[in-house]
Amino acid sequence: MMETLALTKEKKTVKQTTEISGSQAVMEALVAEGVDTVFGYPGGAIMPIYDALYDYHQQLKHILVRHEQGGIHAAQGYARSSGKVGVAFATSGPGATNLVTGLADAIIDSTPLVCITGQVFAHLLGTDAFQEVDVVNITTPVTKWNYQVTDANEIPHVLAKAFYIAGTGRPGPVLIDITKNAQLQKFDYEGYKKCDHIRSYRPKPIVRKEYVEEAAKLINEAEKPFVLFGQGVILGKAEKEFKTFIEKAGIPSASTLLGLSALPTEHPLYVGMLGMHGNYGPNVLTNECDVLIAVGMRFDDRVTGRLDKYAKQAKVIHLDIDPAEIDKNVKTTVPVWGDCKETLPMLTELVQQKCYPAWLERFNEFKKEEEKVCIHKELHPTTEELTMGEVINVLNELTNGDAIIVTDVGQHQMVACRYSKFNQSKSNITSGGAGTMGFALPAAIGAKFGALSRTVVAVIGDGGFQMTCQELGTIMQTEVDVKILILNNHFLGMVRQWQQLFHDKRYSFVDIESPDFVQLAKAYGIDGQSISKREEIKTALQTMLQHKGSYLLEVNVGKEDNVFPMVPQGRGVAEIVLSKEQI
Amino acid sequence: MKQEYTITVYTENQIGLLNRIAIIFSRRKINIESLNTSPTEVDSVHRFTIVIEETEDVVRKLCRQIEKQVEVLKAYYNTNEEIVWQEMAMYKVPTDIIATEVKVERLLREYGANTVVIRKDYTVFQVTGHREETDKLVKILEPYGLIEFVRSARVAIIKNSKGFHEKLKEFENAQPPEELIENEFLNQQEEVFSM
Repeated sequence: MMETLALTKEKKTVKQTTEISGSQAVMEALVAEGVDTVFGYPGGAIMPIYDALYDYHQQLKHILVRHEQGGIHAAQGYARSSGKVGVAFATSGPGATNLVTGLADAIIDSTPLVCITGQVFAHLLGTDAFQEVDVVNITTPVTKWNYQVTDANEIPHVLAKAFYIAGTGRPGPVLIDITKNAQLQKFDYEGYKKCDHIRSYRPKPIVRKEYVEEAAKLINEAEKPFVLFGQGVILGKAEKEFKTFIEKAGIPSASTLLGLSALPTEHPLYVGMLGMHGNYGPNVLTNECDVLIAVGMRFDDRVTGRLDKYAKQAKVIHLDIDPAEIDKNVKTTVPVWGDCKETLPMLTELVQQKCYPAWLERFNEFKKEEEKVCIHKELHPTTEELTMGEVINVLNELTNGDAIIVTDVGQHQMVACRYSKFNQSKSNITSGGAGTMGFALPAAIGAKFGALSRTVVAVIGDGGFQMTCQELGTIMQTEVDVKILILNNHFLGMVRQWQQLFHDKRYSFVDIESPDFVQLAKAYGIDGQSISKREEIKTALQTMLQHKGSYLLEVNVGKEDNVFPMVPQGRGVAEIVLSKEQI
Repeated sequence: MKQEYTITVYTENQIGLLNRIAIIFSRRKINIESLNTSPTEVDSVHRFTIVIEETEDVVRKLCRQIEKQVEVLKAYYNTNEEIVWQEMAMYKVPTDIIATEVKVERLLREYGANTVVIRKDYTVFQVTGHREETDKLVKILEPYGLIEFVRSARVAIIKNSKGFHEKLKEFENAQPPEELIENEFLNQQEEVFSM
């Protein structure tokens, strides 16, 4: 008896360690963080990690992409559809630099990512070694945090920090560069401990009650309050709290491009989308409301138009988790700093149950005008040529607003975001702040892996599709079910629209030629068809949605259609125009 | 109105952080007039002292962007009235002129210059003070064959700061107390509220 006691005592004092390699520690970290899917591309400097991955393929699904940019966009799509941290692997040098566009996209759209790049041996750093690029310095402006590991002992706690930083506070991309020697190095592994505190990093500001009270007071005294909501509601997982808030306070609410789907589009208080190609009412009435309540949005210039003509009459309440956003673009009357999951219920409790029928009617009046001038001819055109809007309209009908819509950048993006119906959160995935063409196809692949039970439709233009169409190979190999809808106007449409409106119709290098997209898909074993007639739209979309596995549908639409309404650059939101005659 | 501001940044000691802070300025095309890194009274905490000429609005936004960086503990900005500051300058002058011109010796004494090195061919003096003083001495020494001039970055002490020991303890707590709000402006209601 005494002997066993002594034995257990001794056991307790000796730390349990096992010797593993740095690469194995990376795998252990990913598993401990609950990562199930990794998007990546191997190469020389990341080979030890791929070697370790070979033993972990049961726990970690690795998606081999065709280009590292595709890998990181897929990780972004995964993060946006699942609400989890997306993970991407790339090798050193060009592999790592190919991540940069995705990092820039992820930081401006607050997407949580952990990217792991291989790096040359530590002793070769700075010697211009083969595939050596100073990736930590290159990616500094486009990462929330980045770090270079040269010793395997650092790997567990650095990765714990990486996941903590990427996923908390205002989320963002983190890049960890690991030299090859650290990947190979054996060290005494003491297990993985998740990070929950970094002394120099405060992910959530402490909510100040007096500011919530001040905000509630303003809202209760308001006659024409107006809520603007952004992706913060989705990132903060506060959709329910947000809905409860606006329903109690009875305030009309408009979404930013990235806020779409945080509130169902059919909600009676939802009045439309903000921004350059947003809806008429929300833009004009921004300059008529008396209290503007911004929730989890950052007053991007595409939302505000000319700042000195933006909501000057209104008192502004800004709810945001990032203190740097307060007063950055629009002067705030009451800042409510904090996680909106915490602040919204506090606000809900203090606001009075109200409704503003006359004020809401103002939005309806504008909506009717917009319907008459823009929407009707977009959704129910009488011209021979097809419009993008009518395609999206039929798609809504068929998906009933339950699909995840992934869009690229340009006219099709604005049309898809304007007209798509969304019933549930995390259904709109698009490149907002960065405006990255080529985003949609890889992001859709990632979105599907992040939400396997949902239908994913990638709506892409003919230009953007050709930027990352190599990812058809990824679809082929993984047999992931992504519906690809190319809205082909045979132009780089958005640039063409600007050239038409602001550059005297001097169409400078916007008439892009495309391959036979259906044949291209076929080469990758993906079925598809191309249509140009109105009566084919519904059947073709039905075929696409019902097809087992991926499908590519190309719809040839009017070549020179424009997206309206539009807030021309340099004008105020109230100067939004409904047609080109008004410019 | 643009004026000189001294930004004091308390940080972790981390490779690459200088770059992270510097690009916050360069991205906005703002010139850094002077930058100094130094240890602080607290072990493991580093201190950047950055001087720029900008409007308060811009400086406040810059500080928020700096504080947003993961490894930054705190960023403060102050006008020259709110700090005690010094810069150190060195002057290399031909020794024979100093030996012959009595006036030069008197001037150097007036400016509190210390001699660092005396060689047959040149002498190096050192002066610590405000920029106007060290600049003035350059003008004065120019006619006497000033060979070389160099000035250090500014170091500054914030007059009403209580040091960083207490703050750091709060940062180390997982749940910081309410007084420790990310940004001072919350405590200056009249500046935030425009009602």
